[in-house]
Amino acid sequence: MLYLQLFISFFKIGLFGFGGGLAILSLIQMEVENHGWMSQQEFVDIVAVSQVTPGPIGINCATYVGYTTAGIWGSILATTAIILPSLVIMLSICKAYFWLSKRFQGNMYYEQTLRMLRFTVIGLIASAALMLIKPTNFIDTASWIIFALVAFFTILPQLSKNKVTEIISHPILLIVLAGIAGYVIYA
Amino acid sequence: MFWQLFYTYLKIGTFTLGGGYAMLPLIQREVVDRKGWIDEEEFLNMIALAQAAPGLIAVNSAIFIGWRVGGWKGVAGAVLGAVLPSFIIILAIAMVFREWKELPAVEAVFKGIRPAVVALIAAPLFKMAKSAKMGWITALIPITAATLIWLCHVNPVWVILATIILTILACFIYNSLYRSSK
Repeated sequence: MLYLQLFISFFKIGLFGFGGGLAILSLIQMEVENHGWMSQQEFVDIVAVSQVTPGPIGINCATYVGYTTAGIWGSILATTAIILPSLVIMLSICKAYFWLSKRFQGNMYYEQTLRMLRFTVIGLIASAALMLIKPTNFIDTASWIIFALVAFFTILPQLSKNKVTEIISHPILLIVLAGIAGYVIYA
Repeated sequence: MFWQLFYTYLKIGTFTLGGGYAMLPLIQREVVDRKGWIDEEEFLNMIALAQAAPGLIAVNSAIFIGWRVGGWKGVAGAVLGAVLPSFIIILAIAMVFREWKELPAVEAVFKGIRPAVVALIAAPLFKMAKSAKMGWITALIPITAATLIWLCHVNPVWVILATIILTILACFIYNSLYRSSK
């Protein structure tokens, strides 16, 4: 039963995960929360681990949730389930590539749907962030200072683009720095 | 062909940190510039398709290029190569993570990281809104979507389905009005 639930959940995530990495987070969050597979805190931790390890966040989350709920077979099952919709859809696209590109380019229904999905995905990512603003993740004033600093450095390259701001805005560097700050403040 | 694609994607999968989008320039360098498996234009078409289709962008691109270059064997090689590095690394981490988290030092580090992660999720929103050319009226879409999910706990799946159905409906109404007015 657990295997079936895992499979359905991650198949759904793969099927409705438009817009890549961050957009998929809100789908994963909803599934793991509804099934009680992970606490909010553990979810954030796994997103953090995903940011500093190679590979797509979706695969990382599927592997982690699969393993912690149902062992090695669970992790293989969840990872396969999240890829499966891609396989079916992308292979169909490949097979009908020339036919598709002729019919869909300039097609109003197709292009407007993609445009609207882009807006929705922004909302999805925003909801993922909003759902994580909780006392378990923001324990004191220092948390908010870290939040503000990381947000500031991430946006910085858009205000002035140069080598220094580019390096400072790197997510891995920011996570490592936040980790050091956490150790200094809380340990 | 299986091994060539497997090896290429294994390399890309091992050395890209931070997910799908970070992989694209590396894929381009390997597949277009070095191996010449597909040309620049087809690569750009591929990115557009990999983004339009649901699923992980890295996996979608691996399927497309695998198929173009080596058929079924190519797909198998590219997908396995793209997925295996993160699968193995996260599996290893998952095996020890819950025990390590009991350590006070590790917990302290994660206390610092958690707000940073929330900021990393939230901050790119401005850039995305800008590149999607979001105006005051279209801003209502993400605001509605976020509110439904955040406050009403609506499953994002329904929000995505509603977007698709409503857009098609709106286009249909627009089309029929436009035609009848002619």
